[in-house]
Amino acid sequence: MSHQIIQQGESQSFPDAHPFVETATDHGDGIVLIGTEAGAAWRKGIQRADGKSFIAIELDTECLGVHIGDDEGPANVVGFARFRLGDDAPTKLVELVRKPYTDPAAVQAARAAFEAAGLVVAVCNDFPGRILNRLLRPYYNAALRRLDEGLASAADMDKTLCLGLGYPEGPISLLNRTGLHHHYRVTQSLYEALGQEAYAPARRAQVAYARHSQDKS
Amino acid sequence: MSEIKTVGIVGSGTMGTGIAIVVARAGLKTIVLDSRQEALDNARKQAAAFLAKSVARGKLEAGQDEAIMAQWKGTTQAEDLAECDVVIEAVFEDLKVKHDLFSRLDKICPAHTIFASNTSTISITEIAGGSGRGDRVVGMHFCLPAQLMKLVEMSPGMTTSEDTFNKAWAFCEALGQKPVRTRDTPGFILNYFLIPWHNDVINMVDQGVAEPADIDVAVKTALGYPLGPLELLDMVGMDTQKLLSDAMHGLTHEPRAACPPLVKRMIGAGKLGRKTGAGFHVYESNKIFGA
Repeated sequence: MSHQIIQQGESQSFPDAHPFVETATDHGDGIVLIGTEAGAAWRKGIQRADGKSFIAIELDTECLGVHIGDDEGPANVVGFARFRLGDDAPTKLVELVRKPYTDPAAVQAARAAFEAAGLVVAVCNDFPGRILNRLLRPYYNAALRRLDEGLASAADMDKTLCLGLGYPEGPISLLNRTGLHHHYRVTQSLYEALGQEAYAPARRAQVAYARHSQDKS
Repeated sequence: MSEIKTVGIVGSGTMGTGIAIVVARAGLKTIVLDSRQEALDNARKQAAAFLAKSVARGKLEAGQDEAIMAQWKGTTQAEDLAECDVVIEAVFEDLKVKHDLFSRLDKICPAHTIFASNTSTISITEIAGGSGRGDRVVGMHFCLPAQLMKLVEMSPGMTTSEDTFNKAWAFCEALGQKPVRTRDTPGFILNYFLIPWHNDVINMVDQGVAEPADIDVAVKTALGYPLGPLELLDMVGMDTQKLLSDAMHGLTHEPRAACPPLVKRMIGAGKLGRKTGAGFHVYESNKIFGA
């Protein structure tokens, strides 16, 4: 099994050298579209689906259905993203997105390609936020809100969650270290997609995003 | 600490057993009270297995496990707690149950005995209000699995005396635990975050976002958490998650704290988690964590 990489813009999943990129070939059994324009490139017809064991499109916060259709589409196309928090390097986790009509063989082929490069794959259906952002963002917003409300100091809150649950780092420290403005961008997009208050960016995230935007302008 | 020599633990479920291990391991006489003899026998068996494993792993010296278990006594009679300096309750999350227990023990235990509650959601002030000794009640919330986790959330109620809190804090440190002072608010710190987080992940399974195994792999791999959320939920148990959610939601009315419909269906199906051999995952053994 071999894979070919077609890059369209900067990739959030593979910003630096990685065995998955280094082992790519010019004509692979599978095609991996990476970069911020990966989905747009697919929609413009940069690659035909037929004859390939799988085609994987790198996703940002959008659903795979945006690119290939919700109810019907090519059965060998999947979405993917390596999970990363803000400025942190991408983790080993690849969230592999399938549609109801996706051929299980395509999912298996894509999984095998990522795993061969030392990555860990979790398969999910095409929901906003996939697994981790869907689960994490309400928790981060709640932590930021409770910090404002004086439940405990940031240090005590982090210490409690680390000691109590074995987390390697508490939420406040993690968000501050990786860039609170990044959290704003992701949770705002989920708030728009899901309309649930838990995803509405916490005040601290709004402030961080505003300050970051001011600094850029 | 020198004042505290005998400790009562009420409830021999997962939490009570874990707390009793911590207390006995600290060299204190440990009396475990439960109305069910079978539960007491099971707790003793699980504790012995856990300590034997600690010996095998080199965390305890040979024979220490037996010495620790020699400090352990199980009883179905509340009167046997009469000599306790501290009583820690780990019974169901129900205010009336805790009031009935503490008001009964108030008549049995000496005046100096501190009553500690392992509650994770109910107000310490409210528990203290029905105890008969409001100034000597304190929150001591251990984390699951208590025999392995060091954190204890220590909460004074509105009527808790500073002397009681200081003694309980020193006792906690002497057990080898790491206390953190929290406010007497619903869920304190840990469960304020954990109960809604668990409900979110249960709803994700119900909505078909991903399979439980994939969710657990994702969380452990990306975040470095030692347990996936659904693995942890299987340890907590669906029955406990429902009780926690109902208590938390009743107090806060926060939508994320509401008990997910899937929890009720799993309870109906007998899929409570590790304790019944199946929850979000399937288990071959219901041995206590770490044993």
